[in-house]
Amino acid sequence: MSILVFVECADGSIKKSSREAVSYAAEAGNLLGDHEVIAVVLGKYPEEELESLGSNGASKVILVDDERLNENQIRVYSDILSELVQSQAASLVVMSKSSFSDNVGGRIAGKTGASIVSNVTSLPDVSSGFSVNKSIFTGKAFATVSMSGDKKILLVKRNIVEIKESSDKALIEKRAVPDGCVFSEKITGKSKAEGDVLLDDAEIVVSGGRGLRGPENWGIIEDLARALGAAKGCSKPVSDLEWRPHHEHVGQTGVKVSPNLYIAIGISGAIQHLAGVNSSKVLVAINKDPDAPFFKAADYGIVGDAFEIVPRLTKKVKSL
Amino acid sequence: MSTIIICKFIFPTEMKILVCITHVPDTTSKISFSEHNTKFDESGVQFIIGPYDDYALARAVELKESLGCTVTVLHVGEANSEPTIRKALAIGADDAIRINANPTDSMYVAKQIASVAKNGGYDLILTGRESIDYNSGVVHGIVGSLLDIPSVSPVMQLDIENNTAKLVREIEGGKEHLEMELPLVAGCQEPIAEWKIPNMRGIMTARSKPLQVVEPVDFTPGSETVSYENPPEKGSVKLIDPENAEELIDLLRNEAKVL
Ligand SMILES: Cc1cc2nc3c(=O)[nH]c(=O)nc-3n(C[C@H](O)[C@H](O)[C@H](O)COP(=O)(O)OP(=O)(O)OC[C@H]3O[C@@H](n4cnc5c(N)ncnc54)[C@H](O)[C@@H]3O)c2cc1C
Repeated sequence: MSILVFVECADGSIKKSSREAVSYAAEAGNLLGDHEVIAVVLGKYPEEELESLGSNGASKVILVDDERLNENQIRVYSDILSELVQSQAASLVVMSKSSFSDNVGGRIAGKTGASIVSNVTSLPDVSSGFSVNKSIFTGKAFATVSMSGDKKILLVKRNIVEIKESSDKALIEKRAVPDGCVFSEKITGKSKAEGDVLLDDAEIVVSGGRGLRGPENWGIIEDLARALGAAKGCSKPVSDLEWRPHHEHVGQTGVKVSPNLYIAIGISGAIQHLAGVNSSKVLVAINKDPDAPFFKAADYGIVGDAFEIVPRLTKKVKSL
Repeated sequence: MSTIIICKFIFPTEMKILVCITHVPDTTSKISFSEHNTKFDESGVQFIIGPYDDYALARAVELKESLGCTVTVLHVGEANSEPTIRKALAIGADDAIRINANPTDSMYVAKQIASVAKNGGYDLILTGRESIDYNSGVVHGIVGSLLDIPSVSPVMQLDIENNTAKLVREIEGGKEHLEMELPLVAGCQEPIAEWKIPNMRGIMTARSKPLQVVEPVDFTPGSETVSYENPPEKGSVKLIDPENAEELIDLLRNEAKVL
């Protein structure tokens, strides 16, 4: 039996979240016993990079090294993975939860009849049957879900297991795109912030809200984010007003993040914003209003003017 | 008779849109559980159309206004969700279908949607990118694969030209423009359209729009929620004197150990 892990790459390298998914699969494999962990990579990528998935716990990488797959092709990805579920006798498919893997996970479930649980926050409990915990109500609660069926798909949230490191290398097995795959998505344009840390992959997120008063003031957020190696986020009104691009919008209706550290600057802490950040390990609020609701949710806070405080924090970080 | 024939000739087939909506607690709801944490406690909870589904519905109604298509709302849920369905009709959908079942598992819901969509001849099936109660985000994909048609999410812009959808999807760190043939399933999010508030006329006409109730197809869900839990209470915030703001960085390094 095997556990398949759908591995996502960004800018030519494996996403940290996918390395975490491989490590999760390895631990799940130990619990289930006698399961090989197979990572699946779709697209052309450097082989040394892929072999390194061995250090995270994969024994084999199945690589479909077709240039057309370097683009997001939901249907083809799902068809290839569904076929591998059958041919590799997979009882479990693991992927890191993202707005892209949602698509792929869902389609594989439809095609293979596997049961699927998304937003998983624990390793499986296999003491009687198979159950996992998942985050619900946008982080406001958790549910324990028992799963049946001989094939299961888990979309796993960040920061559930540590990324395993060893000197092991995975074997690479190459495949071609199977006949009959339909490339449904014709991509006609793309705009992407170059060099930014991705929100999904970030250990630290620095977010700005309406308190910053305008897009021209974002330099202080950018400087602190750069000094910390952090991803940038923002509140909904900030993206609604087009001060910042939509992909930075964090919260109930935006990206849900679970970094080690989330720093909210000039964000009031509305329940819908907190919903997207409440699974962060440490929350910091910087706000000039001592009654801002964010201080009720935060671990650390500074009551003060962002324009005065944030540059000082950046300077301090740079001095370390 | 002759006008009907002419219309059919000019608009060979009118486009049909199916919008799948959820009935979920308002985003400000307090989430608590009853019966020894085995049941969501609905007392005092206000229910709404899922915010993402509401975007999908708003875009469908805009497309109806510009292209002249029909918009059907579909909901898998029990009778208590009918006010939510009526609201969707008030916003501008033409008719509604409620599949009379408790929506407990993504695959179960998707099977129900697919069973209705299979013979409905819909060109476009819209869902929200995810529901805000169980947040799974996988129904659009499952429906697409069950019907063997393409699916895509999260969609931020959607236009239809002839038989092609021109859309923008969010990717990590940016967005991508793409073209896909209809029929198609799209999981929607902002800024695809602005949420619409029903007007008085909409509310009046919604009462007489058709709402068909159908029984679910048989399917045993592959997942079952056994218990719920609220997260542990947060301790109180540690405030740092703004005069010594730099101390925050030391605390994050040495105490919280996140730097
Ligand atoms: C269905 C629904 C979904 C929603 N989804 C989201 C979501 O996903 N994400 C989201 O963010 N919101 C969401 N919202 C909106 C949410 O309710 C709030 O309106 C929003 O989060 C407020 O953004 P903000 O904190 O940036 O702005 P404000 O609430 O205006 O707060 C600005 C803050 O900045 C502080 N400030 C001002 N000047 C300074 C200064 N010089 N230095 C320091 N602090 C300063 C102020 O004290 C204030 O606390 C949603 C709302 C609804 C109804």
